[in-house]
Order: sequence, then structure tokens, then C-alpha cells
Amino acid sequence: MDRYEIRLSGEGGQGLVLAGAILAEALGIQCGKHVAYTQSYGPESRGGGCRSDLVVSDQPIDYPICSQLDLLLCLTQKACDKYWVHLKEGGLLIVDSTRVTRLPSGSFEVCSVPILRTASVKLGREVVANMVCLGVIANLSGLIPREALQKALLERIPKGTEQINQRALEAGYGLTGALTPAMAHAPLP
Amino acid sequence: MLDIQKYLRLEMFPHMLCPGCGHGIVLGALLRAIHSLKLSQDEVVVVSGIGCSSRLSGYVDFDTLHTTHGRPLAFATGIKMARPELTVIVITGDGDGLSIGGNHLIHAARRNVGLTCLLLNNEIYGMTGGQAAPTTPLGKISTTGPTGPFETPFDSCRLVEAAGASFVARGITYEPATLEKLIVAAIQNPGFSFLEIISDCPEFFGRFNRMGNPADQILAQKQNVVDAKTAATLPPERLKGKMLTGILHHEPRPEYAASYQESIAQMGAQAR
Amino acid sequence: MEKMTKPVQLLQGNAACARAAIAAGCRFYGGYPISPSSEIAETMAKLLPRVGGKFIQMEDEIASLAAVIGASLAGMKAMTATSGPGFSLMQEHIGFACYTEVPCVVVDVMRGGPSTGLPTSPSQADVMQARWGTHGDHPAIALCASSPGEVYELTVRAFNLAERLRTPVILLLDEVVAHMYEKVDLGRLAGLPVEDRRKPKGAPGKLEAYAAGEDGVPAMAPFGEGYRYHVTGLAHDSRGYPTQDPAVVETTQRRLQRKVDRCRKEIVSYELLQCEDAEVIVFAYGIVAAAARQAVRQARQRGIRAGLFRAITLWPFPGEELAAAVKQAKRIVVAEMNLGQMTGEVERAVGKKKTVKTCLKANGEAITPDEIFSALQAEDACHA
Repeated sequence: MDRYEIRLSGEGGQGLVLAGAILAEALGIQCGKHVAYTQSYGPESRGGGCRSDLVVSDQPIDYPICSQLDLLLCLTQKACDKYWVHLKEGGLLIVDSTRVTRLPSGSFEVCSVPILRTASVKLGREVVANMVCLGVIANLSGLIPREALQKALLERIPKGTEQINQRALEAGYGLTGALTPAMAHAPLP
Repeated sequence: MLDIQKYLRLEMFPHMLCPGCGHGIVLGALLRAIHSLKLSQDEVVVVSGIGCSSRLSGYVDFDTLHTTHGRPLAFATGIKMARPELTVIVITGDGDGLSIGGNHLIHAARRNVGLTCLLLNNEIYGMTGGQAAPTTPLGKISTTGPTGPFETPFDSCRLVEAAGASFVARGITYEPATLEKLIVAAIQNPGFSFLEIISDCPEFFGRFNRMGNPADQILAQKQNVVDAKTAATLPPERLKGKMLTGILHHEPRPEYAASYQESIAQMGAQAR
Repeated sequence: MEKMTKPVQLLQGNAACARAAIAAGCRFYGGYPISPSSEIAETMAKLLPRVGGKFIQMEDEIASLAAVIGASLAGMKAMTATSGPGFSLMQEHIGFACYTEVPCVVVDVMRGGPSTGLPTSPSQADVMQARWGTHGDHPAIALCASSPGEVYELTVRAFNLAERLRTPVILLLDEVVAHMYEKVDLGRLAGLPVEDRRKPKGAPGKLEAYAAGEDGVPAMAPFGEGYRYHVTGLAHDSRGYPTQDPAVVETTQRRLQRKVDRCRKEIVSYELLQCEDAEVIVFAYGIVAAAARQAVRQARQRGIRAGLFRAITLWPFPGEELAAAVKQAKRIVVAEMNLGQMTGEVERAVGKKKTVKTCLKANGEAITPDEIFSALQAEDACHA
């Protein structure tokens, strides 16, 4: 697989930094790919915005900063408005259907799913929305084997929260169960 | 019988202090104190900053570190942390310790790191030719305060006590024997010990302010001070304008470097 | 503890620096928090006590390096880390450590300046401060990493050079390298050699503390072991005593410079990418070199014969090596996140016959591969 860029975006408290780290761990350590992982830092994160970027490749990565996104996930309208322009032609935009209502259009696929509502209503804990995100991403992109993601998740989450987080991950897979990567026209690696 | 030469680097002499300077009296008291405590020369480190008083470190036969202006306490903190078993003595001046190094002084006191800090106060910058210090009294002349400063001088002992030092004292070069006892008590306190020593600078402070010969200046110290124990029995009007001498504050509390050492030893024990 | 032993880990640049320091034998850290370097302090605060080391948060950066020098004199390998404003405050003590020959490592995670500048954005504008920040003539060693894995390697190397040559060594990072995560193979890196300072031979006696042999590096006795010697930032003789004798002062000054110069070949390191037949060569270091690598590949795909000279050692400047690498090239593009601090050095090294262009950026954003690619294509300079 060539260079593939993923950005998880939203606001502070949505757990996207941890989600990015789990994704990096799953792809880098469990799947043995090259990864470069960066996060928003400083005033950018204090102002409420939050961004977590991952470059994945089978080859060593020359440049670790994302510029042409293959996959963009947005949990807020603000994040979507800010970052959609960086989507590559043929890229995949995943948005939360409750918080992102104005969808950009362009030569990329859009997938709108109730991530936050699934976490708060179905699972009863909005804080696990980040794990729902991971399930959605894994299912739509076909990038990561389920076991790798589960293993990475268990490595990184606080002890005692395994059950709820795993349920959230499964809920993410379930949310897009009907959609396959092909249907979402995600660029497959 | 004390052979003071044993503690000196004779090859460094003659020293560079001016005739009549009080700093040699302090050095004598320090060496007698070290001798009476039976400290090995190998376990004493003397650290100093920049200025006349800070030159003393070069003349004594210990491990000695002559640092940058104002920073000896920060260097000494690193030494004490690395080797808590050493007796680390810091010699600083009023400009070095209270002006450029004031921040390090209050933080060393706050941490209660086990250093003995001797602050030699001659109320002026002697090494550089007599500029104003943060201890120059109101109305006294210096080259950078030709009409006398309008700034209130520091009371270093009150400052350091407020910052958290566990031992605070003041001595004068007029009383070398008392000074020696105060240095012994300061070294014996395991935490941060602060001793301000009123010294004299006949070459600049004394000359600029027409204070007579060096002996006159040392005698004059006695007029300005009251022993802390005596002061407790005197009415406030008798203490006006006087500085207190002797042990002003002594409240032992855990020493920083030893506490840290102990905590990592416990951590190691848990890991095993 | 399980995480400590896994050979391949995702590590942040700053965390890699701390882990490497401990692996190199560092047992003392004195520092003051400052973005974007604070994770180094945080990691050291957590890990050092576990190996019997000492961490202290000092009252400012001046005190931080002072404590580091004190601890090093007392026999511990010691370091501090900071960013631009703190690095400015440390300069006097970098000079003190040079002159008194106390080994220590200073990490500067560069951020946008001058002044408070851009506390959380990358920059490379401290490269000249690393060379000439402290007053007076002195040798300087500065290394610059362009990935977390390399941060680990260079941290170990920085300690080795500091200990071997008894001099402060500066490790320059930038905000991107410091904060990004990548896989680091700790198993492989655990095998890196570790050097320790040379102690005086024989029992303590009268030590001529600054007497050096052929290599110009005096043996170093730790305080508290009976050697009883004097250390001063004043000009000093071979015993460490202050002197104003011009002949003695001159001898010491030249010895300090020479002890580093004679090891120049061991200190200087760099990486070449496709320079052999290149017409245009990018000179870059740190995170910019990562962008340059991608730009060079892009250029090659388009038929442009491009190459990359990545400086790993910035000081001593790898001038001879650069001159050799660019022999057949026509143009050199210097890409750096400042207004051209290293460009002068490059021009001096390659001579007047080569065209030196720049691709500079000093606005808090990293230089992108596209910007360097444009500079490679264009005959004119690119002011990204």
C-alpha cells in the first residue's frame, strides 16, 4: 500500500487523540505498517478544536505531515468546514450525522452516520464515541483487520473499561454494517 | 591545635582581597568551623558565585566550584542532589545572592535543600569598583548611586525565612568566635541554612561614605546590631534601626536531597 | 513495566529523547517546563527515579543548566531540555560548561521566534544560537534529528560525544519531530554503544585537573572522591586556577577548539540521497529534510535529476562533505524554517561557482514537499 492519510477531527473531549493512537498502534505495531502520527497541539487544541493525523504506508514514510487526506472523519461542523478542502480526489469523508448537517460536495464520497448518538443513546456513554469512530473507519476503509484493532484498543484504554469500549467498537462496525467499503467507494489500499 | 594551612591552597596566595577587607575573617571562621566539626576535606564542597566573597572558594583545599554571577545555589543544588552525603557550602555576596541570584536564593530556601549558604554582605559591589547593591542603605553613596539610593535595602534574613529556610542567622565580622559557632550550627542543620554575615568594604563603601579606617568600620558594626536573645527582652524603641544577630530562625524540616533519595530507594524496593 | 520491554513501540520524539537519555546513562535531569519540550521533562520525572536517577524542576532555565553542570561535576551524566526562550537563558552556562569542560546534553526543541514567538509551532531558527549563542570563542557540537527514531540515536550520541570530549552537546529538534509518533525499534537501539568520561588514573593526590594529553581532553574526577580541585569560569591554568597569563590563556583556548576539531570526522554525520548524478541538490536538516526527501523523489519521477544532502551534524558544519557531494551539481537549494541562517554556511562551503537558492519559511508552518519541489524546478528562488 502506498501513502494513505487519515485525519480524525472534532473537538476536545471527544477522545480523538486516543482513537488516533489506537489506530496508529493497530496499523503500526499489530499490522507492521509504517506509521507517522501527529496531533493538534497548543492553542489549536485549547480553542476547542481537536485533530489527530495518521500517515500509513508499506514503505518508510518520507514526510509525516498530512496534506492530501484519503480519509477524513469529522465530529463537528466546524471541523468539517475547516478540513474538507484537504480531501483527496476520490477520498472518503465520514461525518457525524447529528453534528454535521451542512455537507460539502466534491469528488469524494460522503458517509454520514450517527456516531455520537450511538454512543450516548445506544451505549449510554458519549465518551466512547471515539471507539465507535474506530469501528466505522475500520469497516468502511477495510484498512485494519478487526483483531488488530481490538488488540491495540486493549493496549491503550484504561483498565476496567474494556467491556464498554469493545462494545462501542462493535457498534461502530454495526453502524456501517450494511455499507461495504465498495459501496462507500472508499479508495482501497 | 588547628593548622589552618592544611585547609588552604597556599599556591594560590597571595590572595586578591584588599587590605582591611572583612572577608578573610569569615574564611577563618569557616575553616575553624569545618575543623571543629571534624569534616574530612574530601567530603566538603565549596561553591561560589561572582564577586569578592566568591573568590574565597579558590583559596581553600576542598572540591571547589567558582560559578557564574548569582547562580552558585543552583549549581550547588545539582551537586547536593547527585551526592547528598557531601557537605555543600555556598559562599555568595549581597549582589550575587540578593540581586542577580535572588530567585535562586528563595527557591533553595523553599526546597530546603541541604546547603549552607554564607552571604557576605558588604553593602556594595566591591569587585567592580563600588556600584550600588540591593543592600546599600538609604543615604549611602556608591558609584551608581552618587546621591545615595532611593531604594529600600533587603533584609535578607527575613526574606529567606519567609521563603522557607529551616535555619536563618546573622553574624558580624566583629565577632569571629560567635561567627564560627553560627557556621557550625548552620552546617549541622540538615536543610537549607542561611547565614548573613555583615562584612566591610573599606576600599569602596567605607571610603565613599567616610567611615574611617577598616578597624573603625568593623567597630561600627557593633553599634548597629542587637543580639536576638537580648532583643527579646528590650522594648521596641530600643531596637529601632538595629539589625538582629544570632540564630533568628531554626525550624528543622525534611531536607530535599535526602527526601528524594529516600523516595527513589523506596521505589526501587517496591520494584524488587 | 511490560511496555518498557516491548522491542518495537510507537514513540513520540520527545519521549524517545528521554528514553534514550536514560539508556545512555543519564541519571540527572534539571529543567524548566517550556513548550514544545515539556514531554521530555515529564518523561524524565517519571522514569529517572525508577533507575535511581534524580529529576528536579528548577526555578528557571539558568538554574536548570547550572544544576545539570553541578550534578555532572558530582559524577552523574546529566541533561536538560528547553525551547528558544529557555535556550537563550541557558547560553551563559553553555559557555561555562565549555570552558570548565563539564559534559552535559542540552536539548532545544525549536519553536517560532524571536521572543515568545510561536510557542507551539515548529521552527529551525535556533541553529545559529546553537553555534554562537554564548559569548566568547568556543567549540560547538550540535546534532539535529528528523524523526523520533533518529532522536533516540542522536540523544545517545550526544551523551557519548559530551562524555568523550568533556563538552556540552546540543541536540536540536523541532516541534514536529518532538511531537510526532513513529515506530521505534528499541530492541535494535538497545545495542548502541555507550561511552563514559575518562577518570584520572591512580589514587587521589594532587590533581592537575586540566592537564590534557594528545587528545586535548583532561581526565575528569568527580567531586567528593578526594581529588579536591578547583573549577572556575575564569580563564584558568592546567591546575584550574585563575590566570591572566596570555600564553596560558591562549593555550587553553586553542586546546578547547582543537579537542573538537581533531574529532571532526567522528562528529560530522550526514545522509546523501541520489546525489551522485544530481544537477540540483537540496540542503536540509530536521523535519525539512523529510519534506525534501519526498520532493526529491517527486522530482526524480518527473525526470529532474535531484538529490538531497541531509545534515545530521550541524556544528561542526559538514562543509567539506557538502562540497564533495555537490561537485557535479549546478544548483543547491537550501531549505530551512528560518530566514536563511545556514544558507551562508552552505555558500561558503560550495564556493562561488555554484548557484545557491533558498526555500525558506519562518511563519510557524512546516515547509511542504511541494514547496521544495517547486524550488527544485524553478531556476529562481522560492520564498515559500
